[in-house]
Amino acid sequence: MISLAGRDIMHAWGKFVFTGVGLGLLIGITLSMAGIYRGMVDDAKVLLDNSSADLWVVQQDTLGPYAESSSIYDDAWRGIRGMPGVARTASVTYLTMQVRQGERDVRAMVTGVIAGEPGTPGWPPYLVAGRQITRGHYEAVADIASGFKLGDRLKIRRNHYTVVGLTRRMVSSGGDPMVFIPLKDAQEAQFLKDNDAIRQQRRRTAENPAFNRPQVPGLLDAVIASQSTNSNVNAVLVQIEAGHNAEDVAESIRRWKRLTVYTRSQMEQILVGKLIATSAKQIGMFLVILSIVSAAIVAFIIYTLTLGKIREIAVLKLIGTKNRTIVGLIMQQAIALGVIGFVVGKITATLLMAPIFPKYVLLEPLDTIIGFAAVVVICILSSIVAIRAALKVDPAEAIGG
Amino acid sequence: MAGKGIRIEGLKKRYGSGDTAFEALKGVDMQVSPGEVVGLIGPSGSGKTTLLKCLGAVIEPTAGRMILGDELIYDNGWKVKDLRALRRDRIGFIFQAPYLIPFLDVTDNVALLPMLAGKPNAEARSRAIELFQSLDVGHRAKAMPSQLSGGEQQRVAIARGLVNRPPVILAGEPTAPLDSERALAVIRILNDMARKFETAIIVVTHDEKIIPTFKRIYHIRDGVTYEEAGEGRGFE
Repeated sequence: MISLAGRDIMHAWGKFVFTGVGLGLLIGITLSMAGIYRGMVDDAKVLLDNSSADLWVVQQDTLGPYAESSSIYDDAWRGIRGMPGVARTASVTYLTMQVRQGERDVRAMVTGVIAGEPGTPGWPPYLVAGRQITRGHYEAVADIASGFKLGDRLKIRRNHYTVVGLTRRMVSSGGDPMVFIPLKDAQEAQFLKDNDAIRQQRRRTAENPAFNRPQVPGLLDAVIASQSTNSNVNAVLVQIEAGHNAEDVAESIRRWKRLTVYTRSQMEQILVGKLIATSAKQIGMFLVILSIVSAAIVAFIIYTLTLGKIREIAVLKLIGTKNRTIVGLIMQQAIALGVIGFVVGKITATLLMAPIFPKYVLLEPLDTIIGFAAVVVICILSSIVAIRAALKVDPAEAIGG
Repeated sequence: MAGKGIRIEGLKKRYGSGDTAFEALKGVDMQVSPGEVVGLIGPSGSGKTTLLKCLGAVIEPTAGRMILGDELIYDNGWKVKDLRALRRDRIGFIFQAPYLIPFLDVTDNVALLPMLAGKPNAEARSRAIELFQSLDVGHRAKAMPSQLSGGEQQRVAIARGLVNRPPVILAGEPTAPLDSERALAVIRILNDMARKFETAIIVVTHDEKIIPTFKRIYHIRDGVTYEEAGEGRGFE
């Protein structure tokens, strides 16, 4: 038996392919949306992986340092380092801001890391060019996605930094490239006020009789000095010794240091479950809407194609064609349309959208398989309306009268 | 497959019920022998199309008997379970317009019927091509329907009606869209095919050009048939 659907498609392949391409662009957007969500989750995991930390110690009762602001003293690492099971600790700051380079600026997550040696928590784990930060000030390592190059001069707040190294896939949970600078500089960038604000604060402090007491010499200078220095960081990253349970070490730090501690799985839950949850819901809604629109388009196209063949279907029924053959004709066309659309959509998502989209688009093979199955199911369901119309066709229509 | 043509006795068809009931066929008698081509003529609303639909097992008569070949297919109810297979294997249809499937080539338009009956593709196609030689369209076997002239399309439609060697072929206004020359050519072909394949052919028509060619004519008026000898200029 010949394939009626195949012959019909080959007969009007141009119309069919163009329709499939149109549908494919829509499917491409759908696949890209799924890829954007996967990219966001991957960005979050990469952020955690690249920090090389087992535990994140943050301000009590906050979800810091990524989902909420967190501020703890920069000497907290010493006490934590002495806890049982702790191998290494490092203070770290994170600040998402516009980093200027000449006339342009790039949104980046400026990360303050302590000087140390490779493997120190918070450091970029590998470089693709240049070297790590070796000086205590004014050097930077930038993610290659920022567009910065070795030797570029960056301006962060009032200071200039030279890019000495480039890394890859070091991004914030929002997909912004990371720029690493020495911790002290990062603390200044985050906490230090501008000169005008400092002068104003000094004047206000001097005008406050509680601080400016003639009978207590040196008090005003001491207060102003304390206001001018910044001794806070956002978090302390902790690596634990082999053989120790992360949760046990975390519990110990929580109990004795009065700080909140998150393990890797807890931090992943915060990033994926809270930080990008709203974005994930928005993307989910877009996926649902796009799926419905795709289904409606397939249903409309197949219904229109079927209505255009009513006379032929009546003849086929009159000459004894079984209903299942007619159902097969319509359903196979719907599936073929979906397959053409999916192939075009996959190519569009992979070769066109993913490379140019400003966010990381991760197209997982499993998503592709699920997407393909969904397209086939949607096409089958969408063909039901047309199938019902075809099955209602009276073979007597071929005779007329 | 061809047998003893078709015979119908007291065939009735009523549409609707109660006050709105309408009796389209009021007891039609008709017999067409194998190899015979008869005309069925009547004004609009006389019941021609209803009779054609009943004969074609498309709608169910209300009462009467139909014997197709050797088999009683209707006796106040269908006596065959699979009307679809009955239409496919034992009744040929030729329509006013050819109604060829536009996405199948000429050969597969005809071979589709034996394929639907479960015949292998090669055998079905060879049957179709054999018929094309008889109908003088062998050279168009690979063409698409849109590439054929009206007369060629109608000959392919005749081949489709014949391909399963049915005992009866029902032709509804098969010459309506054709000029006199082509119309007479089609009737000539139908006569030739009826004789060659021992098939009974009923031609429903208004076409005055072809009426004189019938040896026997059934007039239908108000749901009743009257038999009349035709001029029978025919194509002996």
